[in-house]
Amino acid sequence: MSAPAPSVFSPTAARLAEKLGLALGQPNLDVFADTLLELARANPDILALTSDSRGSGKLAPFGQALPRQLVEVGIAEQNLVGMAAGLAACGKKPFAVSPASFLTTRALEQIKNDVCYSDVPVVLVGISAGTSYGALGSTHHSLHDLAVLRAIPNLSIVVPADNWETREAVRWAATARQPVYLRFGKAPTRHLGTAERRFEPGQATVLREGADAAFIGTGETVVHCLLAAGALAAEGRECRVISMPWVKPLDEETLVSAGRECEAVIVAEEHSVHGGLGEACASALMRAGIRVPFRIAAIPDEETVTGSQADIFRHYGLTMEGLSQAARELLEGL
Amino acid sequence: MPATLMTDRELQFKSIAYRRALLQLIFSAGAGHTGGGLSCLDILNVLYHRILRVSPETRDSPDRDRYVQSKGHSVEALYVVLADRGFFPRTDLQTVCRYQSPYVGHPTRKVPGIEMNTGALGHGLAISAGMALAAKLDGRSYRVFTLLGDGELAEGSNWEAAMAASHYRLDNLTAIIDHNTLQITGPTRDVCSNEPLDDKWRAFGWTVRETDGHDVAALTRVLGAPPEPGKPTCVIAHTIKGKGVSFMESVPRWHHGVPTAAELARAVAELDAVETRLREEAA
Repeated sequence: MSAPAPSVFSPTAARLAEKLGLALGQPNLDVFADTLLELARANPDILALTSDSRGSGKLAPFGQALPRQLVEVGIAEQNLVGMAAGLAACGKKPFAVSPASFLTTRALEQIKNDVCYSDVPVVLVGISAGTSYGALGSTHHSLHDLAVLRAIPNLSIVVPADNWETREAVRWAATARQPVYLRFGKAPTRHLGTAERRFEPGQATVLREGADAAFIGTGETVVHCLLAAGALAAEGRECRVISMPWVKPLDEETLVSAGRECEAVIVAEEHSVHGGLGEACASALMRAGIRVPFRIAAIPDEETVTGSQADIFRHYGLTMEGLSQAARELLEGL
Repeated sequence: MPATLMTDRELQFKSIAYRRALLQLIFSAGAGHTGGGLSCLDILNVLYHRILRVSPETRDSPDRDRYVQSKGHSVEALYVVLADRGFFPRTDLQTVCRYQSPYVGHPTRKVPGIEMNTGALGHGLAISAGMALAAKLDGRSYRVFTLLGDGELAEGSNWEAAMAASHYRLDNLTAIIDHNTLQITGPTRDVCSNEPLDDKWRAFGWTVRETDGHDVAALTRVLGAPPEPGKPTCVIAHTIKGKGVSFMESVPRWHHGVPTAAELARAVAELDAVETRLREEAA
């Protein structure tokens, strides 16, 4: 056993990130909290609901600035979501903010019935998602949330990759008339380039063109896809990188184009291999009749290894090194 | 402000008519929750005729009172009352539980007059607390009522919501407990006792009022009484599961028993006899 990894980027990956202009930004969570406060100042119907999670949700400044718009329910996720549904049914715009693990497991029935089935515009915000809590262990990880939520009708599922996607997603969610799930980690993220991007509901963004392998990432894995493509470029392989913040609805057009035009497809997600973006993509590709070497880089169906988020990413190959190796194996037919 | 101006006697006749309609509805649908529907019918009768400020014309008004039926399985009782109050045509009831009908076997918002989709137990109180909080935040005067089963109180989510409602001083919220003392397996006190019920609610910061849940005058007094400022109200309505049909009263199998044609005829005959007696008394 070694000390926890200090960074999710190896020294080589960090150097490449700088070279590619992927500058270090804020945690997406901080951007969420700042954006929500800005929106709520202009719209008094916007509420932040917390389950003793205003600290972990970076919402203490929100509570100080707009105390009437912060609703604290204590450590009671079922009540958090149920009350949010009641508030939304009466014209308020609640953002129910709680660690993704507890929000989407403890309150799953409230999400399914009170929010999605009743069709009220609650924004569910799963914070410290995926393996953000690192060595705190599986109780605190949310590696199931995309799977369970994908099976519930009438819910948009959005997993922003960087600060820009986060800001755009929060702004869009504040205007959405249907239920939304937003999922954020808590580590600082890197900006995914300065190229012109447009945030459209249900649409992915191609961050890098190429036709060897296609990397499809969501949330905090996208940057590692970009780095893997950068590493493979040095070997003469040009790989496509797609940021897919919309896990549902899925941008099948961009996905199917990648499946048709590229030699292999790798989906990288901070989630169980079961039921997440990877299986959504596999299913869509099969429906489109596309046979392409395919891999899901995710957390396998086992008790997750102990360690920091960086340790866990490295252990399961959700890094520049792991993802570029996966591409090599698929492209060489290994 | 009463929704309609009816005498106690007229409401009693309504209760009988509703019971007949409920049984016929469940018989025709071939499914339904008979016992709990009969136990809460008088509560719904009083709510929709005397308490709730809601009507088909104002059902989208932001100032209307809200009613959330947390014990969603008693939806047939709600359908019967809403149809009678003109929220939708009575003939719609012929489609309950039929293929592609919006009239599902539990409440949904597709049905005019129904505020939220319920049916899984332990959800209505939190939703209602959210609605009551919205009224407070917006400075509106509407009240929120929710109906819970006593067996339903075993769901822990109720107690999360009960805490929050008193924390937020939601005196515009009333939870009515249909305290018929029976659940699907048998007496609630044997399944997992929740007594003393009144002390539990008081300990959670609520005002507790008790009433005979079949006496329309008593229900009117209790549900119409002004709330204690700063405190949500719990009304424990003492009821009888299967009320009004002798062979259904307090018999657990009628939780979701569907009457046969012969049973329906017997039940209707009993209700007709009660109605005749009431008419004679009135005369």
